[in-house]
Amino acid sequence: MQPILSCRDVKVSFNGFQALQGVDLAVYPQEVRFLIGPNGAGKTTLLDVICGKTKASGGEVVYRETENIRKLQEHEIVRLGITRKFQAPSVFTNLTVLENLELSLKQKRSLWAVMRAKLTKEDEEKMDAMLHRIGLTEQRHQPAGILAHGQKQWLEIGMQLMQEPEILLLDEPIAGMSETERYKTGELIHGISKTCAILIVEHDMEFVRNFSKQVTVMHEGRVLCEGTMAEIQQNEQVAEVYLGRRDSAC
Amino acid sequence: MAVVATQLFNGISLGSILLLIALGLAITFGLMNVINMAHGEFIMAGAYTTYVVQQAFSHYVPAALFNYYYIAAIPLSFLIGALLGFVLEKTLIRFLYHRPLDSLLATWGVSLILQQMARSIFGAPNVAVTAPAWLDGGLTIAGAVFPYKRLFIIALAVICMVALYLYLDKTAAGRKMRAVTMNRSMASSLGVSTQKVDAAAFAIGSGLAGIAGCALTVLGPIGSTIGTYYIVDAFMIVILGGIGSLAGTVFGALSIGMLGTVAEFWTGASMAKVIVFAAIVAFLQFKPAGLLSARTRSLE
Amino acid sequence: MDKKKLGYWLFFIALFLGPLYLTEFRLALLGKFLCFALVALGICLIWGYTGILSLGHGVYFGLGAYCTAMYLKLEAAGGTLPDFMEWSGVTALPAFWQPFSNPVFALSASLLIPALLAAMLGFLTFKNRIKGVYFSLISQAVVVVFVTLFVAKQDWTGGTNGLTNFTTFLGFSLASPLVQIVLYLMTVLILGASFTLAAALTKSRAGRVLSAVRDGENRVRFLGFNPTSYKVFVYSLSAALAGLAGTLFVLQVGLISPAMMGIIPSIEMVLWVAVGGRYSLIGAVLGAIVVNSAKSFFSESYPDIWSIFLGLLFIIVVMFLPNGIVGAVNSWNEKRVKSKRKGGTADAADSVVS
Repeated sequence: MQPILSCRDVKVSFNGFQALQGVDLAVYPQEVRFLIGPNGAGKTTLLDVICGKTKASGGEVVYRETENIRKLQEHEIVRLGITRKFQAPSVFTNLTVLENLELSLKQKRSLWAVMRAKLTKEDEEKMDAMLHRIGLTEQRHQPAGILAHGQKQWLEIGMQLMQEPEILLLDEPIAGMSETERYKTGELIHGISKTCAILIVEHDMEFVRNFSKQVTVMHEGRVLCEGTMAEIQQNEQVAEVYLGRRDSAC
Repeated sequence: MAVVATQLFNGISLGSILLLIALGLAITFGLMNVINMAHGEFIMAGAYTTYVVQQAFSHYVPAALFNYYYIAAIPLSFLIGALLGFVLEKTLIRFLYHRPLDSLLATWGVSLILQQMARSIFGAPNVAVTAPAWLDGGLTIAGAVFPYKRLFIIALAVICMVALYLYLDKTAAGRKMRAVTMNRSMASSLGVSTQKVDAAAFAIGSGLAGIAGCALTVLGPIGSTIGTYYIVDAFMIVILGGIGSLAGTVFGALSIGMLGTVAEFWTGASMAKVIVFAAIVAFLQFKPAGLLSARTRSLE
Repeated sequence: MDKKKLGYWLFFIALFLGPLYLTEFRLALLGKFLCFALVALGICLIWGYTGILSLGHGVYFGLGAYCTAMYLKLEAAGGTLPDFMEWSGVTALPAFWQPFSNPVFALSASLLIPALLAAMLGFLTFKNRIKGVYFSLISQAVVVVFVTLFVAKQDWTGGTNGLTNFTTFLGFSLASPLVQIVLYLMTVLILGASFTLAAALTKSRAGRVLSAVRDGENRVRFLGFNPTSYKVFVYSLSAALAGLAGTLFVLQVGLISPAMMGIIPSIEMVLWVAVGGRYSLIGAVLGAIVVNSAKSFFSESYPDIWSIFLGLLFIIVVMFLPNGIVGAVNSWNEKRVKSKRKGGTADAADSVVS
């Protein structure tokens, strides 16, 4: 199977500091790929590079084997079908839940098209379905700013889904959530994976264990190893990175 | 040769005036991210302070000491500027740290009021300040004349710049100030009183404006709009230099001073304004964040 | 909702019937204020709805006014050189003046030149993600550039005095009261049309993109919109409105000079919107009328006090009325509705007090 997204030797430096030192990563259609690793490993930076927020200083980011998206702007990358959810909820606080979703509809985003855009019956059905899916039907006319933290996170995931992405980038989606909210989010992600590939940064190992198939471990700006959670747990190097040297730790 | 030397000198001279004005902004705008539109009026306050000191000397101090009025005027201008800045920070600006566009508008209002007050107190026409005799004349090197007044301003700008650098880099108070501007919540959790630091920083930045006003008095008569004449350029300098960078401000001031002088020499004063502005906008195409700037990781 | 619409219509009709109940002097004054209201409408679109604070709208207003004034000047000169050019020793009409003898060209230029300048400036800054106060300061520098240029190039622009002494517009005498009434009515109609257009824009999906840009520009990028094109569009639309206002202004007032496009007039324009309510189109219109009424009241008798009053107004609005008059009225209304909902208890409390 062809990967839908491949990073090849991606490098990033911040004022001389090498945040990514040549990362190789391939993501396949409809897979849920977890990125783990200690703080400062470069996980968020890698997401930043893929979605265009940070420009890589070297390497390639290839979408569908043909298109190098490394130099594209954020909105161009989104239009190709790669969307990003940030760690801190970032919904439009002064717009209502419904309006947030309306802006997220998969649509022609040029000025001219958007000025004439009207809500079709189909759009409304899509939005209703999404409201139901993220559990915000009752809050549809409330400004997004007054939602609870977890609800904002779901709204944002909903906004990504409305765009019908090919790849969804999630950065610690369950941070700050309660136990039940975590479970609900996990189910939501599981459901999403039927339609698109997900690349997800997560620190909560319990969550990774429950919902992952493939896990990529990063350390100091490089990919350390890949495999299932069970394989990763057996890996000497990974244990070293997380716990310090095994013999000295014990 | 003499023409080139004179132009170069004029460029540095204009640059040093702009630097004196921009140094204060480098703190209030560059470090604290507050647009203080009344900064120009603090310059004016410094200039009028010098005028008042001069008047006082000519009335109450023996004539032999008159020439030293300027020495007294410099620290006093600083103090008046700093006091105004302190009051402004305490009464207005501290409520508006999270609303930069609003603090711009409110301080604009303050600027209008201060200008009108100056007109009411000192009258609408410009007043002249007699420069001390020891600043008359100039240095003649190879046919080019370097007036002492301008050399003095260059020296003053350098002194202020060095003093500011030493303060920010070498003193505990200065380091606290930088800590607060870099990471407010972190600094406050480490026990730095951010409110005190804000007020102090604002006072120092405004005090520097006072000194700039004092320096301007030796160049010509002063009036209520003396600040507005330079303030737009000064803000451009801080943007050009990169927010939060003192070295960038110095580069910005010198390059705008140079470019302005050269362009004025070739095309006249009004076209020079156009050329400098076009150059700034062109420059921002390549370096939108200014000459020297740091990257951040936050989204907005 | 319908009540609101009815209010708009009543306001519009009251303005339209102005010639029936206002003296010639008051009507001329109101006509001028309505031109300013048109500028305010544009500023509200970019500032309130999109979060772009421009301190340079005096330039767009001025450019629009100058374009039309050049035509009026040439018409008044009737084939000879305009008077001020003769005074400064110019012998032939400068090439760039020539097309302005055509009214269609001059009037379209008064819209397009401000719009194009704004589009250019907007593109060069917004594309590089220069925003917030940085953009405001740059837009203010534009004012300095243009004012210096217009003052210095006296033989082309009339210098400090600007352009004045017009006689006719398309053959109609500008001194005739009837022509002035027609110009007033045109201003009312154009303001009404622009208001409707602006309201439609803010209610469209594009309008919601603009508010989204205000609340989180980078977030908008991650929904696949390019904020640059939206900002450039709304910024140049607002410049075109200012240019149009300049045209209507010069026709009614008969004068345009660099002093009217300077730093202070530019920032006063922002104040109109701030006083009326920056998030409300009708607020911007009302703000322009209210502030300018106050200005003509004060500055006729106490010019010194006016500038202090203006300064205080800035501070008061920012500190205590961030949403302006309209915001204050709305929150007062909400409170009233809330206390009504409480019903009997509130009434009972009231009666106890009284």
